Amino acid sequence: MDTPEDLRYSTDHEWVRVAGDRVRVGITDYAQDALGDVVFVDVPAVGAVVEPGGPLGEVESTKSVSEVYAPVGGEVLAVNTSLAERPELLNSDPYGDGWICELRPSDPSTVDNLLDAAAYRALVDG
Amino acid sequence: MTGPAAPGGRAASAPLLGSDTEPTVFELSVPGRRAWSLRTTEVPEVPVADLVPVAFRREDQVELAEVSERDLVAHVTRLSHRQFSVDLGAYPLGSCTMKYNPKVCDAVAALEGLAGVHPAAPPSLTQGWLSLLVELERALCELTGMAAATLQPAAGAAGELTGLLLMRAWHQAHGSVRHRVVIPDSAHGTNPASVTLGGYQVTTVPTDERGCVDLDALCRVLDEDVAGIMLTNPNTLGLFEEDITTIARKAHDVGALLYYDGANLNAILGVVRPGDMGFDIVHMNLHKTFATPHGGGGPGAGPVAVAERLAPFLPGPRPVALEPDEEGTARFGWTVPPQSIGRVHGFHGNALVLARALAYLLVNGGDGLRRVAELAVLNANWLRTRLRGTFDAPYDRPCMHEAVLSARTLRDRFGVRALDVAKRLLDEGFHAPTIYFPLIVDEALMIEPTETESLQTLEALAQAFERIVAEAAASGPAEAHAAPHHTPVRRVDEARAARHLVATYDARH
Repeated sequence: MDTPEDLRYSTDHEWVRVAGDRVRVGITDYAQDALGDVVFVDVPAVGAVVEPGGPLGEVESTKSVSEVYAPVGGEVLAVNTSLAERPELLNSDPYGDGWICELRPSDPSTVDNLLDAAAYRALVDG
Repeated sequence: MTGPAAPGGRAASAPLLGSDTEPTVFELSVPGRRAWSLRTTEVPEVPVADLVPVAFRREDQVELAEVSERDLVAHVTRLSHRQFSVDLGAYPLGSCTMKYNPKVCDAVAALEGLAGVHPAAPPSLTQGWLSLLVELERALCELTGMAAATLQPAAGAAGELTGLLLMRAWHQAHGSVRHRVVIPDSAHGTNPASVTLGGYQVTTVPTDERGCVDLDALCRVLDEDVAGIMLTNPNTLGLFEEDITTIARKAHDVGALLYYDGANLNAILGVVRPGDMGFDIVHMNLHKTFATPHGGGGPGAGPVAVAERLAPFLPGPRPVALEPDEEGTARFGWTVPPQSIGRVHGFHGNALVLARALAYLLVNGGDGLRRVAELAVLNANWLRTRLRGTFDAPYDRPCMHEAVLSARTLRDRFGVRALDVAKRLLDEGFHAPTIYFPLIVDEALMIEPTETESLQTLEALAQAFERIVAEAAASGPAEAHAAPHHTPVRRVDEARAARHLVATYDARH
């Protein structure tokens, strides 16, 4: 299972990559493996303001439909439009082309409350 | 029991002929061929143009298949021979309660006096039907410990929505505006869907280590914004919610109603009643508990029973017993409850399904229904105990009517997942168990043998599971990954089917 060192993680299995004043969000390798083949991704609307821990979208796999929760609150700046045609990107490249959206955190310091790679690995191995 | 498995319950000997793909009915179509003949109607033929104004006429021909009766019957019979069914063998599809449906219920539903009645016939001509419906309602209320019921809802999910609309009507009548309904994280997917459709927001509560509702977490989310709690008992892990009376008290303390999802009623029939546990609204899946046809086997029925205080809100019209006539003969009619939420079904529900359910109730009787629950629980525990060394047992305690196991170790050690086990079981001549549900169990296998399978069938089923695991341990995952090997259609690409949904067939391509 892949857990890149430069990302932060939520206990709900989302990852966050900080780039300047925005963060990119996706689901972890562990999450995509547990979900199985992803067949549909419901992304948020650009401009929407999401609460921390609030619903950010949905991932539907052949097993289930699961909510994606916002690891930090903020405004949605961009969404990955290629997921509409290729939801399988969440399986094949969860930390790269399978990203879900970009947010401008309303409080950038909340990113520090998320887990680091070692803590996330401990969570999923536990 | 030791020794070789008796052949009971396996369908590996079913006449599944060959592996050719059955053509669609459109591929069998020949222009001009018909399955009917109306030569002697003595009704003069009238051109469509004389009957239907041009604005309402189709511009194109309707593209229906044109086949003879002979070819059509052969086609659907071949398809039916390629289907697994409850009549063919054991069907341990957890949560669905795929019990065998006694044929006596079909015989009752086929009686001309029941099947031949038009739903618009007046009460004076349908006293028999009305007495049947009144008796069924009384029996369902007695079994669930409730005061009154509606027989209208067309299936379980329709029952859920009806229950939520009753909940809404109740709170509105009491001037209370509430927005949330609480459901456990192990709930059936229909629960959050019904809550949303009913205009409420879902609040999820987690499951504790013993597999029951986390009582502390429940208390934290309960307040006067909560319209109700939806639970099944036993829950979706097949475990009895032992704190149910406490949960009921806490719900009622904040003015919330307690809703019983009847998905798992088969486990407690005649033993304990939802009404006695403190539930206010109960839906029943007649196709599960009372042996009426499932899904493609026919229409469903999802009656909803309620406590006395909710009876005025029930859908109407309801069948009722009237004062006997001068000669003392019982009379029946229809009534609409004073604060009724209205109809939830055209006419009076799927009536012949209701007739089947009453037949099942009467054939079994009170003692027989209790025996249904006892044997359903015994069978599930027999399988759970037998297979706990073959698979992981995430909640290793006595279960009710179904056993939830996990293929986690099997996956980690040999690369065989719950999906592969399910597919390989088809090669063994059994229907697959439910997999990946409840969602809170990794690699879940949810096995519900029901009370209708014999000990010999359980033994054969257990041996089939054991063979699948032994095969993976001995020779790796290849056979399981390629399964099923012996069915007319092999492993289907579920992900591709969902990503590139083709919902229509175009014979011209």
